[in-house]
Amino acid sequence: MSDKKPCKSPDNEVLSGESRREFLKKSTLLTAIALTPGVAVKAAEGQWDEKLAGVFEKMLLHVEVNGVKHSLMVEPRVTLLDLLREQLDLTGTKKGCDHGQCGACTVHVDGHRVNSCLTLGVMVNDKKITTIEGLAKGDQLHPMQEAFLKHDGFQCGYCTPGQIMSAVACIREGHANSEGEIREYMSGNICRCGAYPNIVNAIQEVKDGGQTV
Amino acid sequence: MKQFQYTRPSTQQMALDAISKPGAKIIAGGTNLVDLMKRGVTAPDKLVDINHLPLKNITPTHTGLHIGSLALNSVVSENELVLQKFPLLSMALKAGASPQLRNMATVGGNMMQRTRCTYFYDTTMPCNKREPGTGCGAMEGFNRMHAIFGTSNQCIAVNPSDMCVGLAALDAVVIIAGRKGERRIPFTEFHRLPEDHPEIDNHLAKDELIIGVEIPDNNFAKNSYYLKVRDRQSYAFALVSVAAALDIDNGVIKKARLAMGGVAHKPWRLFDAEKWLIGKPISEENFKQAAQMAMAGAKGYEYNSFKLNLAPATINEALKHAAGLV
Repeated sequence: MSDKKPCKSPDNEVLSGESRREFLKKSTLLTAIALTPGVAVKAAEGQWDEKLAGVFEKMLLHVEVNGVKHSLMVEPRVTLLDLLREQLDLTGTKKGCDHGQCGACTVHVDGHRVNSCLTLGVMVNDKKITTIEGLAKGDQLHPMQEAFLKHDGFQCGYCTPGQIMSAVACIREGHANSEGEIREYMSGNICRCGAYPNIVNAIQEVKDGGQTV
Repeated sequence: MKQFQYTRPSTQQMALDAISKPGAKIIAGGTNLVDLMKRGVTAPDKLVDINHLPLKNITPTHTGLHIGSLALNSVVSENELVLQKFPLLSMALKAGASPQLRNMATVGGNMMQRTRCTYFYDTTMPCNKREPGTGCGAMEGFNRMHAIFGTSNQCIAVNPSDMCVGLAALDAVVIIAGRKGERRIPFTEFHRLPEDHPEIDNHLAKDELIIGVEIPDNNFAKNSYYLKVRDRQSYAFALVSVAAALDIDNGVIKKARLAMGGVAHKPWRLFDAEKWLIGKPISEENFKQAAQMAMAGAKGYEYNSFKLNLAPATINEALKHAAGLV
């Protein structure tokens, strides 16, 4: 990677990035202080800080989402959830609590279900992500999506993408062998409408149908 | 979330160098740290992502089982050697968090998780753990989830982990790497009580890295049980939990291990009750007596005094399950 690019590689020695950033911040602030009346300095300081950090703190991220490869510049503080929704326009994955308590943001990373709200985007470099948009094949819904429709596995639908991603993983992991086991292994997905019995029915039908999920 | 720098060291040495810098923090699974950063409870300048270090292995040793600090909670809970040698650890892991979180959370990260005390999380409230010297909101507040053992006048928070209760009961040893080499400490001495420094959860120095835990072989596999009592059946922190492990010969207890969760600032081993059980026949009467013994020194607060009854009842019940009396 060329030194002129406004980013640093993940494996770069951090010091170089840090000193460059510090230098730029300080020199820009000195210019700002020299040119601006005292009262405005404070405000400018905050803005410059934001803008500079925005340019210099972004990192290159390679990630495959639903079979499509992306190379993106992301700030380390951006969660996978925000990355999917805000940068890739994949708004099927929902932000519920944003604190890992509701499961609405569940996606698969390298085939394993995780809470995307607690996953930093930079931490999924070189990984494969599947979101709710990646389950159907063209117009053909995934069996779990069909089953949720058939069994009314939702009311308002907000938790549904997370429920379905978790339900697919639940069967793949081999944890859908009884109603009790399904309830235990779906406990990370909260449904405020209380569609739980129908969700369990949907999962059981897909499991008993023996289809590949 | 406040901005921070992010680095991804590929060797242990690079990781140790990176974490020794001021303002640097390790990130592994991130399930607790990212949450705390979002809430402004902690704001590191630099995150050191250690996920690329080769610390995920689960391997038998001459005397037991080594579990790398980056092994995922889900992987450890389903590992065949763990299930065969230490089913108690698997039970404890599966009692914690949700399947999604267990797919992210690591063994080392689980050990490092902070308390779930609501006053610690709420930055508008006083909390000696978050901001030393500001006071404790829980002491006179809503302290239903809080500690009954080992509290100080500074902090009554509990360690929220299930895994750690299992590891404490199983006499695990923590392996720690620093820039001067490795050291090993008993799991029961890894976490600390709040005393006058509730901001310090454990004895890991800032420039040290947990590289794994080792569990010595034992004869508890047949008779062990993890019982967790909580407000809902799944995906909730413990009000009280008990890890019970027995080595039984002809109905007589040869060895016993007991640890409690949800009651103290650290996994709470019940050494006196364990000793008392040695040589005793398995019976509910003996288990109840051991449970009463374990409650010595317990102290309830306004909303958590129910734990003074719940804890011994849970110990008794866990021992009955472990002994096969249920």
